Amino acid sequence: MNDTKLIVSSSPHLHGEEDTRSIMLDVIVALIPALAVAAYIFGIRALVLSLVCCASCVVFEWLYRFLLKKPDSVLDLSAVVTGLLLSYCLPVTVPLWAAVIGCGFAIIVVKQLFGGIGKNIMNPALAGRAFMFSWPLLMTNWVKPFSYTSFFDYSLADAVTGATPLVSLYGGSIPQNMTILDKLVGQSGGSMGEISTFALLLGGIYLIWRGIISWRIPVIYIATVFIISFIFPKGGIANLDWALWNICSGGLALGAIFMATDYATSPVTAKGQVFYALGCGLLTLFIRYFGSYPEGVCYSILVMNSCTWLLDKAGKRKIYGQ
Amino acid sequence: MRSFFGGIHPYDGKALSRNSAIEELAAPKQVVIPLSMHIGAPAKPGVSAGDSVCVGSVIGEAATGVAGISAPVHSSVSGTVAAVEERLHPNGRRIVSVVIDNDFNDTLDAEVVPQTIDEHDYSTDIIRILYKAGVVGMGGATFPAHYKLASGLNRADTLIINGAECEPYITSDHRVLLEDADAVLRGIRHLRRALNLDKAILAVEANKADAIALLKTKLEGTSDIEIRVLKTRYPQGGEKQLIQAVTGRQVPSGKLPADVNCVVFNVYTAWSLNQAIETGLPVISRVVTVSGPGVAYPKNLRVKIGTPVREVLDAAGGLKADARKVLLGGPMMGNAIYDLDVPVIKGTNSIVALAPEQIHHSADTNSVCIRCGRCIGVCPMRLQPVYLYAYERKNKLDELKKLHIADCMECGSCAYICPGRLHLVQAIRSGKAKINNR
Repeated sequence: MNDTKLIVSSSPHLHGEEDTRSIMLDVIVALIPALAVAAYIFGIRALVLSLVCCASCVVFEWLYRFLLKKPDSVLDLSAVVTGLLLSYCLPVTVPLWAAVIGCGFAIIVVKQLFGGIGKNIMNPALAGRAFMFSWPLLMTNWVKPFSYTSFFDYSLADAVTGATPLVSLYGGSIPQNMTILDKLVGQSGGSMGEISTFALLLGGIYLIWRGIISWRIPVIYIATVFIISFIFPKGGIANLDWALWNICSGGLALGAIFMATDYATSPVTAKGQVFYALGCGLLTLFIRYFGSYPEGVCYSILVMNSCTWLLDKAGKRKIYGQ
Repeated sequence: MRSFFGGIHPYDGKALSRNSAIEELAAPKQVVIPLSMHIGAPAKPGVSAGDSVCVGSVIGEAATGVAGISAPVHSSVSGTVAAVEERLHPNGRRIVSVVIDNDFNDTLDAEVVPQTIDEHDYSTDIIRILYKAGVVGMGGATFPAHYKLASGLNRADTLIINGAECEPYITSDHRVLLEDADAVLRGIRHLRRALNLDKAILAVEANKADAIALLKTKLEGTSDIEIRVLKTRYPQGGEKQLIQAVTGRQVPSGKLPADVNCVVFNVYTAWSLNQAIETGLPVISRVVTVSGPGVAYPKNLRVKIGTPVREVLDAAGGLKADARKVLLGGPMMGNAIYDLDVPVIKGTNSIVALAPEQIHHSADTNSVCIRCGRCIGVCPMRLQPVYLYAYERKNKLDELKKLHIADCMECGSCAYICPGRLHLVQAIRSGKAKINNR
């Protein structure tokens, strides 16, 4: 051979196939069942809301990095994941302008101002949702399942509003006209992506099978909520009923599987993850039991997000030979 | 099955050369033999320009006696010393080397005679033979074997022979096990007797099924060598990982295997010892796998030490037109070279040429950490590459020491798995250098 220039670099010289984009793609795939259920239950409005959130997250991300002359990061698909997740924790009736503002807050303030993917200290989607509670009425306008006149009924003008299972649960009674199985499948009011525990679990199993997330955070989080609520039922409800309704209601499955496992804002050490999930579970119940509004998942994860660095320090494992 | 911490399972590419029998590569017209092909003090030049040398003549004398960490260097051909000067070494530095013009007579040095071993002082004799023959860790680590054996005397309760060969593409140990199993087993028995042990453990990864079957047949009815089949996982062949996988013991930071009563030798080290005993030949050649998608006809060759890499590649049909990266050693821990005239040395178990798409992959510069934690999961030393990276970038050297940066053996598992394409190993190397230089 003639001496073409050889490339020299330091080892290793091989690389795995997986990259940030393929991981985000897996998360998107895992989120599809919940979106399908949301579309089935709430009609086209759910799809439009998700689409608008994804599009605005991507545009905000691109715009911010373009204006600040930073390398484009839209192709890593993380903005799409944020958009999907944010839409999942909104009531389907939320006006689109509010959703766009929430996305802007999530991407620009929570994610990009801290340095972009991997550097944010709080989950962008959850922080965006928390920010949107500036409009508490818009954020708690729950419609009952199948309130649409047809699938393409976007306005949901005739929709019947109703309390979410969680609200009735903490009001002191098991939700009426509904079995735990209905709740599992998703036939209940609530934020558009959180209603079907079953669809979310399916996504979670996929993510664990693909090695995208570890079982630790979702399993320990949900188990903590189950065990503590089993021991302390409220309002004379049977222990098991109370515990089952607690783990199937509200944003617990969505939060435990998709939000609390966000790479950037959760510990990377195994021990750190255990304490983090435990903390999420305890805080969730603390807010549910003693808060004025019984949804604790969002805020408990945001609080635990801010402990991540500390938990990683505490979770340092012994090295080989130590 | 016992195993080690973490690890990865990369595409191994071994099928490219696994089935090709070892071919003898004719000696080149000129060999360039560096006086440092081992860990420890470089050998001192024992010849000067114009001297005549034979096959197996000492051309570099070990810098220390048998109790020190150094090794002698021998001529791989007979002929005339053309020069003793600095030449480019595969490690990228210029190292004093002996350049010998081959006379193609293959005259053996008078000292190359079969060795006898004193039955009453077996260990001393084996140590002497290893030392004299310049046998070093032939798996690529090149730690002088005589010193290692001595370190295990009266301490080792376990002798492990490393046949893991966990790096992708490399099949040289595999072929030696298949084609010359008896010589390897005899070498292992010498080591076992020298350490005064009843048993040696020959550890082989499960992906070498044919070699395992052959060895099991050969060892039927004996109990002094046990074949231990390990699951195929990188870096199984790392000394600390192999000890953990075989015995469950962990070598403490900064300590030697002998401190946990283990001694580990490579398959080809055992083979080289056997050769030194039976023929008197020192380490003057070795089996090299020439492989990778950038090589026309991947194969295994027995190559004289000092042969230019270019000639070895030519024997395998040469580089393909699009090959742009040539490695000595495997793709996980091997060195990229920029000059094909560097010589094959004692630790060169393979020459691997990569395809453009593989190079592009590892040269990706748009790297961002997403804190996925995969690097922590795969680190066989249980370190935290993600934090080592972050602290190195910020020059927080005390934090790096607290996170045991010195224990990183640079196996590359973290950088391999990283979806953000971070240059983790590079950052860790740089962190180590910063600590050393401060």
